Amino acid sequence: MFDNPALIKAIFGRLTLESLPLHEPIVVGTFAVVALGGVALFGAVTYFKLWGYLWREWFTTVDHKRIGIMYMILGIVMLLRGFADAIMMRGQQMLAFNGSEGYLNAHHYDQIFTAHGVIMIFFVAMPLVTGLMNYVVPLQIGARDVSFPFLNNFSFWMTVGGAVLVMASLFIGEFARTGWLAYPPLSNLGYSPDVGVDYYIWALQVAGIGTTLSGINLICTIVKLRAPGMTMMKMPVFTWTSLCTNVLIVASFPVLTVVLALLSLDRYVGTNFFTNDFGGSPMMYVNLIWIWGHPEVYILVLPAFGIFSEVTSTFSGKRLFGYTSMVYATVVITILSYLVWLHHFFTMGSGASVNSFFGITTMIISIPTGAKMFNWLFTMYRGRIRFELPMMWTIAFMLTFVIGGMTGVLLAVPPADFVLHNSLFLVAHFHNVIIGGVLFGLFAGIGYWFPKAFGFRLDPFWGKLSFWFWVTGFFFAFMPLYVLGLMGVTRRLRVFDDPSLQIWFIIAGFGAFLILLGIGCMLMQFAVSFLRREQLRDVTGDPWNGRTLEWATSSPPPDYNFAFTPVVYDNDAWFDMKRRGYSRPLTGFKPIHMPSNTGTGIILAGLATAMGFALIWYIWWLAALCVIGLFVVAIGHTFNYHRDFDIPADEVVRVEEARTRLIAAGAK
Amino acid sequence: MTVQTMNIAAGSSETSQPVFHVLDEHAHPEGYSTSLGFWIYLMSDCLIFAMLFAVFGVLGGNYAAGPAPKDLFDLKLVAVNTSMLLLSSITYGFAMLTMEKSQVRATQMWLAITGLFGLAFIGIELTEFAHMIHEGATPQRSAFLSSFFTLVGTHGLHVSFGLVWLVTLMVQVARYGLIEANRRRLMCLSMFWHFLDVVWIGVFTFVYLLGMLR
Repeated sequence: MFDNPALIKAIFGRLTLESLPLHEPIVVGTFAVVALGGVALFGAVTYFKLWGYLWREWFTTVDHKRIGIMYMILGIVMLLRGFADAIMMRGQQMLAFNGSEGYLNAHHYDQIFTAHGVIMIFFVAMPLVTGLMNYVVPLQIGARDVSFPFLNNFSFWMTVGGAVLVMASLFIGEFARTGWLAYPPLSNLGYSPDVGVDYYIWALQVAGIGTTLSGINLICTIVKLRAPGMTMMKMPVFTWTSLCTNVLIVASFPVLTVVLALLSLDRYVGTNFFTNDFGGSPMMYVNLIWIWGHPEVYILVLPAFGIFSEVTSTFSGKRLFGYTSMVYATVVITILSYLVWLHHFFTMGSGASVNSFFGITTMIISIPTGAKMFNWLFTMYRGRIRFELPMMWTIAFMLTFVIGGMTGVLLAVPPADFVLHNSLFLVAHFHNVIIGGVLFGLFAGIGYWFPKAFGFRLDPFWGKLSFWFWVTGFFFAFMPLYVLGLMGVTRRLRVFDDPSLQIWFIIAGFGAFLILLGIGCMLMQFAVSFLRREQLRDVTGDPWNGRTLEWATSSPPPDYNFAFTPVVYDNDAWFDMKRRGYSRPLTGFKPIHMPSNTGTGIILAGLATAMGFALIWYIWWLAALCVIGLFVVAIGHTFNYHRDFDIPADEVVRVEEARTRLIAAGAK
Repeated sequence: MTVQTMNIAAGSSETSQPVFHVLDEHAHPEGYSTSLGFWIYLMSDCLIFAMLFAVFGVLGGNYAAGPAPKDLFDLKLVAVNTSMLLLSSITYGFAMLTMEKSQVRATQMWLAITGLFGLAFIGIELTEFAHMIHEGATPQRSAFLSSFFTLVGTHGLHVSFGLVWLVTLMVQVARYGLIEANRRRLMCLSMFWHFLDVVWIGVFTFVYLLGMLR
C-alpha cells in the first residue's frame, strides 16, 4: 500500500518525512525543548486532573474576563517566541562580519525575520490589546458581559488557531521567507513554491476572522450596553479608544482578508492578480495590504493611548486634562489613519503629487497625537503623582514615543524617505513607536489592571527591575539602528562586508540582551507576585484609588461583574460615587441573567485550523471534511435556543456577603 | 432603557441623594444587540466587495491579448439572471410581511419561492461560467478574467451561503414556529439577502454594462 506514490500523495498531500526540518540542528533543539515542555505541561495537567476544570471553566467560557485573561496568556507566550526570533537575529547580525557567515543560514534567517514580524504584530500585540479591551471595557461601562459572549469565545479560539499554525510551521515544513507582509512577486508560487507562504496566509486568515468578529462584538458592546447615564462623552477614555480601535478593525481587517484571499487564488488556482504577466499587478498588493496595514498601526496604539490616559489620571490624582480634546484627537486619528497608507512605499513611483498628498496627511496625523501628549503632561502638571509601575511605564512611553514620533515625521518627508526607505532607520522608527508606544502601554495596562483581574498587586521590586532593563535595553537595541540606517544599511541583511559597522550591531545585541533580562524579570515578577499574593492582596477592589467603574466592583469581579447595574453621573463615575459618599448595597439582590458556556467556539476554531493545515499541505480530503464539519457544527449550534441561565439570588447574596466580610477583614 | 430611567427618577425623589445603581433591573432582552451587530457585519462584508470592485477597476481592462467583455458577455442572459435575483428580493419582502402577520405557512411558502429564485440565479451564473471556461476564458487567462471570476464568484458564493441559511431557517420555523428568535434570524437573513441584491446591481452595472462599453 505504501509503495503507491499516488495514494500517498492523495492521503498526505505534499507532507512527507522530508518536510520535517531534521537537517536544522537549531530547529531540532528547539523542538526537543518545546516537546519536553509540552509533555511536562500535558503530564502535569493530567496528573492534577485539571482537564475537566480547564474545559468547563476556561476553554468553553463565555465570560469576557476569562477570555480576556486567556488572550493575555496567549500574547505573553507568543512574546517569548517572537523575542527568541529577535535575539537570534541580533546574534546573527552581531557575528556575521569579516567573512563570517554567522550561525544562521539564509533559508532559516529569512524565516526568522518573517516570523518575528508576523508573531509580534498578530500574535503578541493583537492578543494583548484585544485581551485588555475584552477584560476592561465591559467593566468600565458597567455591563455584565459583551454583546455576543459566544462569538467572543469563538474569536479567541480563532486567534489561537492562527498562532497554532505559525508555531506548527516551525517544526512541520517552514515559514514564509518573504518579510512580514509577503509582497509578491516573491510570495507568488513561482518564487515561493514551498509551504511557507501558505502557512502565513492561513494563519492570518484564521486569526483575522477572529479579530474581525471580536471587533464587531466590542463595538456593539460599547454602543449598546453602557450603564444608564453614561453618554458617549461620559465614557472613560480607554473605552473611547477601544471603540475607535474596533471601528478600525472592522473597517480594515476585511481588506486583509481579501488581499490574502487573492494571493491564495494566485497560488492555488493560478489566477493573475499579483503576477508579473497576464496583466497582473504586484504593486496592487502593496497598496491593498497597506490599506489594512496602516490602520493596523493605530489599532494597536489607540488602546495604549487609552491606557496611558487612565493611568496618568489615576496616578496624578486628577481628572484627565482635556477629555473632549482627547476624544476628538482619537476620532481624528481614526479617520486620518486611512489617508496615509502610501507613505509605506513612496519609492513606488506614484509621482510627486501623490507622494506630497500622503506626506502631508502623515504629518497632519502627528497633530492630534501631539495634542494627546500635552493632555497627559497637563494632567500630571500640579498633580500628586504616585510613581507606581504603571505610571513609570507611562513616563517612559512619553519620552520614548516622542523620539519615535519625530523620526516618523522625518520619514513622512518623501525626499528623505527615498534615502531611508527599507533602511534600519525605518526599522528603528517602527520599533521605537511599537515598543515605546504599544508595548510600554500594554505593560502599564497589565500592571494597572492585574490586581483587578486576580485580587493581588504585582510585585513592585521585580517589576521595577524589569522596567529598567526593558527601557535601557530598548535604547541600546534601537538607537544604533538609527545610526546604521542613516549610514545606509538596509533591513533584513544576513551578512555584512564593512567591519566598521560591527560595533553598532554589538551595541544593539547588548540591548537585546538587556531586554531578555527585562522579560526574565517580568516572568519572575508574575511568579513572585503569585507566591506573595497574601501580602499583595487587594480586598477593597480599588487598590489605586481609581476613578472609573471597573474599580467599583470586587477584585477579581464576580461572574456577573456588578450585583446592580451602576448609574453614571460623571466622567469619572467611580470617583464621583466615592466623593458623594456612595455605600455598597447589601440587600435586595435579584437573580442575574447570564449566558451559558459552550464548547462550540473551540470546536469550530479547531476545525478551521485543521482546514488551514490541510490546505497548506494540499491534503484536499481533510480540507473538504473540515469544511463540512464547520457547516454541520455551526448549523447545529443554531438549533440550540437555550443559551442562558439565571444566577439565583441566593448565589448573588452569598458572593456579595463574602465580599462584605473581606472588606471588613481588610479594614481591621 | 426607559424603564430603567423611570426607576432612577423615582429612586432619587425618595432619597434626595443620587441613586448609584439601577433599582429595578431587567436584563436586556435576548438579541438586544443583534441587529446592530449584523449591520456592522454587513458593512464589513460590503468592504470585501468594495475591495473586489476596486481590484476589478484596476485590472478589468487587462485582457492580456485574451477575450474582452464584448467577446464573452451575453447581456440578455445576465438580464434574466438579474431579474431572478431582484424577484427573489421581492418575494423575501413578502415573506417578511407574512411573518409580521404570524402566518407560518405563507411565510414558508414565500421563503421557498425566494429560495427557488436564488437557485435559478446560481444555476444561470454557473451556466455562464461553464460557457466561458469552455471557450477558454478561464480565471487563469488574464487579470481581467481573474478579477471578473473572483468578484462575481464571491457574490455567487454569498448567495449560496444565503440559500443554506434559508433552508436552515425554514427547518427552524417549521420546528419551532415564528418565535421571537426565529423572527430575528429571518430579519438578519432578509438584510443579508437585500444586501446581496444591492451588490449585484453594482456588479451588473460596473462589470457587465460598463464592460460592454469598454
